[in-house]
Amino acid sequence: MAESTIVPIAPAPVTPRRERVTGASIGLRTIGIGYVSLIVLAPIAVLLYRALKPGLGSVLNSLDDVETQHAFQVTAIVAGSAVVIDTVFGVAVAILLVRYRFPGRRLLSAFIDLPIAVSPIVVGLALLLVYSPTGWFGTLTQDHVITAKPGMVLATVFVSLPLVARAIIPVLEQAGLDQDQAAASLGANAFARFVRITLPTIRIALAYGVVLALARCIGEYGAVLVVSGNIIGQTETGPTHINTELENFNDDGAYAIALVLMLIAFAAILLGAYIRRRQRRGN
Amino acid sequence: MGIEVRGIAKRFGDFVALDDVDLRVQSGALTALLGPSGGGKSTLLRIVAGLEKPDAGSVEIDGQDATRLAPRHRDVGFVFQHYAAFTHLSVFRNVAFGLEIRKRPKDEIRRRVYELLELVHLEQFADRLPAELSGGQRQRMALARALAVEPKVLLLDEPFGALDAKVRKELRDWLRRLHDEVHVTTVFVTHDQEEALEVSDEIVVINNGRIEQVGSPDDLYDKPGNQFVMSFLGPVTTLSGRLVRPHDIEVFTVPADDAVRAQVNRLQRVGFEVRAEMVTGTDAATTVQLTRGQSEALNLTEGVAVWLRPVPNSTGLTV
Repeated sequence: MAESTIVPIAPAPVTPRRERVTGASIGLRTIGIGYVSLIVLAPIAVLLYRALKPGLGSVLNSLDDVETQHAFQVTAIVAGSAVVIDTVFGVAVAILLVRYRFPGRRLLSAFIDLPIAVSPIVVGLALLLVYSPTGWFGTLTQDHVITAKPGMVLATVFVSLPLVARAIIPVLEQAGLDQDQAAASLGANAFARFVRITLPTIRIALAYGVVLALARCIGEYGAVLVVSGNIIGQTETGPTHINTELENFNDDGAYAIALVLMLIAFAAILLGAYIRRRQRRGN
Repeated sequence: MGIEVRGIAKRFGDFVALDDVDLRVQSGALTALLGPSGGGKSTLLRIVAGLEKPDAGSVEIDGQDATRLAPRHRDVGFVFQHYAAFTHLSVFRNVAFGLEIRKRPKDEIRRRVYELLELVHLEQFADRLPAELSGGQRQRMALARALAVEPKVLLLDEPFGALDAKVRKELRDWLRRLHDEVHVTTVFVTHDQEEALEVSDEIVVINNGRIEQVGSPDDLYDKPGNQFVMSFLGPVTTLSGRLVRPHDIEVFTVPADDAVRAQVNRLQRVGFEVRAEMVTGTDAATTVQLTRGQSEALNLTEGVAVWLRPVPNSTGLTV
């Protein structure tokens, strides 16, 4: 019964599109393009124009500043640490929620989304109440958490927590347990199953979630501002340093930092789009 | 030897999936667990594999108590209804998986995988991804993958359930031939009585979490222990208050000894076969299965009177 017929690769499912130009399609296009232009594109264009107006040399000059450089460094450390925590936590929680049934599961699932709903500044205040020297754990934490990097990482993790988990959960749900159980019956232990089966299954969704989380962590302002105390040259991040520059009437410096943050965001979005295209092609 | 299951019970909430089940599967045989969906047959298979934990009872595989062993220590090959192919690995790597986990030497793995791919007629597909195979090919790959680690028992959960009728029939014949070559103790779950009758050495009929009857295909068909087994394994109808097979009824156009009078209510031709619905005084309706030749010889038409009686020594149960 050896079939020699070659089975064609099934094309990825494509959402059927309406090709015809109708009144409705023109109306929707007008609304869509108008909305994006007015609210997103126009401000970004103006910002880019304003940032580059003094000339590229002047922009680079503004960025070549001890405080600014330090702020970017802090952003890199805080965002980097937060993303690592987000990733570990996100993968663990996603596997827990998809593969296990336990009391409180739905509550946990709901609570994971809480950070998206809460205003970042409220997150900052809440952390202050718990971890500041006068807070609940104050005797334990002293000033090592609040007005220091650990607190900033904590705040950043809080606001970006669900991004990785939410990116992975649908993929894990779709994959089901069969592959994992097949691997188990073939002799693979839990670690081998995670590395050889689960991780390759979720790798693209995971990469997408990590990119989203990284973008969110780099841009976080409110929660970090409250927790960091915004000490110049110590706990300032890129976004909070923009505020400092504006208060010091150094508009060119502020726009130069904004330009860098914007370029990072563009890169993240392009990377995300590229990853999603690979995902749609069926890995 | 083989598999021995004692006092297995399993509930899912209020639903009793298995109720004190004892079963002995002969070593080297091809055994079918047959029954309607929700009857507990898949649960029993998954308990043997260790993919499901029983609430009570014990499982012995090849003389060794496996009740508390993790699936990976049980030495069972498991084939899933929906293939469970490792989608990111090539056909070769899928089949090699168990051997790679066991850290066998590279050239040994290569030799063994190609041996198995030849056995399942997939040698030219070694570098394909599972997504590039048809359903039947994927299931054969899954079978090769399960056999690669030389399991003590091979367990198949509705292995052909997701395939279309023609491929299912092909794979069924092929499984039988494969088993004759490999001789590994094999248990497969099916709800298709034809599949069970055609392929297996022994059939275990499971319904409502209990084993109804165990026996060879002929035994079960000819000597069903109860009405459920008789009606699940083949067509049945009632005649004079007895459950009989529609093809085990003699039809006469004149009165005969012990025959009851009936009227032909409806005649339906299905290919070579003619199904006649007869009305006697006592039964709701009696279905008689005839060949086209028999029907024409009797000159049956709707509305005529006939006399019916079961074929002597045929299978029948008092309702």
